[in-house]
This record gives sequence, C-alpha cells and structure tokens, in this order.
Amino acid sequence: MLNKIYDWIDERLDVTPIWRDIADHEVPEHVNPAHHFSAFVYCFGGLTFFVVVIQILSGMFLTMYYVPDIENAWESVRYLQTEVAHGQIVRGMHHWGASVVIVMIFLHTLRVFFQGAYKKPRELNWIVGVLLFFVILGLGFTGYLLPWDNKAFFATQVGLEIAESVPFIGTEIKTLLAGDPTIVGAQTLTRFFAIHVFFLPAVLFGLLAAHFIMIRRQGISGPL
Amino acid sequence: MQKGKGMKFVGDSRIKVGPKQTIPKDYSEYPGRTEPFWPNFLLKEWLVGAVFLIGFLCLVAAHPSPLEIKADPNTSGYIPLPDWYFLFLYELLKYEYAAAEYVVIGTIGIPGLAFGALLLAPFLDTKPGRRPTQRPIAVILMLLAVTSVIWLTYESASAVNWEERAEYSVANMTEVEVDTDHAGYEVYANNCMSCHGDSLQGVPGMAPELIGLPYDAEAIKDIAQNGIGEMPADMFSGTDEELNQLAEFIVATNSDGEGSEGESSGSESSNEGEDSSE
Repeated sequence: MLNKIYDWIDERLDVTPIWRDIADHEVPEHVNPAHHFSAFVYCFGGLTFFVVVIQILSGMFLTMYYVPDIENAWESVRYLQTEVAHGQIVRGMHHWGASVVIVMIFLHTLRVFFQGAYKKPRELNWIVGVLLFFVILGLGFTGYLLPWDNKAFFATQVGLEIAESVPFIGTEIKTLLAGDPTIVGAQTLTRFFAIHVFFLPAVLFGLLAAHFIMIRRQGISGPL
Repeated sequence: MQKGKGMKFVGDSRIKVGPKQTIPKDYSEYPGRTEPFWPNFLLKEWLVGAVFLIGFLCLVAAHPSPLEIKADPNTSGYIPLPDWYFLFLYELLKYEYAAAEYVVIGTIGIPGLAFGALLLAPFLDTKPGRRPTQRPIAVILMLLAVTSVIWLTYESASAVNWEERAEYSVANMTEVEVDTDHAGYEVYANNCMSCHGDSLQGVPGMAPELIGLPYDAEAIKDIAQNGIGEMPADMFSGTDEELNQLAEFIVATNSDGEGSEGESSGSESSNEGEDSSE
C-alpha cells in the first residue's frame, strides 16, 4: 500500500532523488558509535540541530504569551511562568536550551576542527557552520533582553556599549540595534524582538539548509 | 537522462556515478561495515535523542528559569552580568590593554582576530593532511584559544557573588505596597531610600530589605539613630516628630504587607510553587 502510494507520487514528481538526499544513504563504520564508541563525537552536530528544533518549537509557544513592549514584557513572562499551565516548562526549555545549544555547537566545532574535516572539499560548509555559530550567539544575545528584567536590561546596555566601541560606524550599529543612539527602551525591546524572532531565524534556516545540503552532497568526511 | 529508483550515486552523496567523479570517495573504498541510515541508524539516533531529551527535561524540571525584578534603569549599583557564554568577552574587557582607551582591542581587535581566524580556518590551514599531528600550528592555536576562553569564563564567574545575585530574583522578593501618601514616606525618601530602596526591598550588597522586620516602632527609632550591624549611626537626621512618622511608616508598611495577603495570594502561591520546585 505504502509502496503503491510512493510509486504513484514518484511517477509524477520523481521523488527518489529527494528521498535519497534525506534518508537513503549508508552510514559508514567510522561514524557509527555502535561499532566504535569513540564515534559519539559525531553526535554533537545532530544534537545541536535537535536542540535548535527544541528552541524553535518552545519559542513558537512562548510567542503565544509574550508581549514585546516595555510595559507588559516582564509581566507577560512572569504570568507565563507562574500562571500558565506548563509555562514554566516551556520557558525553562527555551532558557536552558539556549545554553545547551551553545555547548553542543562548541563541541561540534571542536570535533570538526580537530579532525581537520573542514579541508578540501568542505571549506564552504565550515564557513557556513561558523556563520551558524555567530547567528546562534546573536540569538542568545537578543533573546537575553526579552524578559525585560534588570539582568536583561543592564547586560544589554553593556552589549550595546560594546557595539558602540566599533570604530567609525559604532554609533550607527548601536542605533540600528537599539533604535536610538543613547536610550535603551521601548524601541530597543521591539527591535531585539524582531531580530530574535524574525531576522536571525530566517538567516538560521537558510544557513541550516545550506549546511545540510552540502553535507548530503559531499558525504561525511572519511576516517582519519 | 536516467531517473527514478535506479539512479546511481557516488557513496552516500548526491553526485551521480559518471566520468566526473571528483568528490567524495565511495564508502566501499573505506574498510568497514556500513549501515543504512534509514531505518537502522535513524532508530539508534532516536534512542540517543530520547535519552538526551530526558536529561534535558530533568535539567529544566530541576532549575526553573530565572527572572529578576522588572527592568528599572534607575536601579543604582546594579552590576551587569551577561549570559555565561559571553562572560569570556566580558572578562577580556577588564584587562588593562583591552579597556579604556584600548577598548577597541578588547571589543573588536582580539575577538575579531580569533573569530575571523575561525571563520577562515580552511584557507589558513591549507595542507591536505587532516591528522592533528600533521598540522601542529592550527591545533596549538585552537588549544590556546579554547584554554583562554575557559580560563576567562572561569575568572569572570568566580568573581561573581552568586548568592548576592540570587537576591535580585523575583522568587526571593517580597513585595509590599508602599503608601506614598503616608506622612512618613517623605522622611523615608529623604533618609533611608538611597540604601534600602524605593519600596523597602533593600539593595543587594548595600542594605537589607525592611520587610518582615522583627522590631517595633521604638526599636526602629533606635536603629535609625544609633545604627545596627553594618549600618552606621546618625543615618537619620530630622526632628523627633519626623522620626515618629518614619517609624510608623515602616511599621505600617510591614503590617500592610501581612494584612493584604488575601489580595496578593496569586503571587504568593506562585512564589511557593517556585520554591517547592527547586
């Protein structure tokens, strides 16, 4: 039955190459922890993606309650955490996931680096991976402000001062991020919200797609 | 052009079998046992993912995510603290030649060089050998970078008084409604607010909260004039009448906090919920 459906779709859309890209391939022995336990280091990339998926899903649920304005942002987070069913868990997953994804992407980067897996022909995939690292750090930075508590406010102020210290275009960068060259306030919160929820995730999805397409196109690097 | 299920590819790649086989080698050229990704290997991946998810959810359940009091730009003496993964950049700015007039070195120079080198690693380390022993410079530089990041993070985190910071958390905060029309409020504002906060909540590292005090009005008057513990004497300056108003105000605010428990039962019970889950 399933085969018939598959054949029916395949006849029209030629999906076999797509299916092959996603799932129909061999996993070589040297990356398989079932054969060599030390191959668990190859799990870090997948776990990074797993936590990213957790972040996307929990973040989608958070936006159901979060209000990105300075009057209500903190109240909405507090309400979510204390009144909403499972709100504590959803915010907890997003909060701790942000830390875990950094740990995982750090370990994944070290694995690829020390194995020299970025060498020809995989230079471009390494660059996309490092850009992903930057995007995730950016998501961490912008997300830190959103609860609009004292910790968020003052850390963001410092972060924006660091952006301002860039020679020549520092003030412009700060204004772009904060909405004003001096005030950290209502505009800053809405801009960080937009960056955190729309701009950076869009970049993230594009880079992730490029990362995965390149992995499937080139295959995983061989054993050392 | 051939299409459909019979297509032939190199290894597990998307490259079709043909005369132009540049990348990569077929896995049959590697010694060893390959395994189909679907469904065999994916099943094992799911098992690993499930175990990971359980561990992650234990972390989430054991530690409720923190929330401090609502942002108040007028909070004095607040020491900013970034998330832990930015601590190393934050700590870097405390070194003499990465701060003040050299701050560009600390904010852009060193991090820019390090992350720039990371980004361009394949073009800096171009020899074909992949083993760490075949590229000592790249490996040593990376080890140095990782060590410095860990060291800076450790330095930064160990300098933080985490217990004091916990006082900022809303879970540890008792809120009372301050009656700003009370005659003693102005006296409080003039004499006590700079250390004890605008709603008697205290300022971490400076002075404790004035909520839930075990003192009566007489004792409060005595403390305001003669000090107690780390609080020096003569912090209060004013007439005896103002002193009476002040003591009444503090006592009234305290008893008000107890009396209005019915109103704030929502936040009270939620505080208990957070405590019990810790």
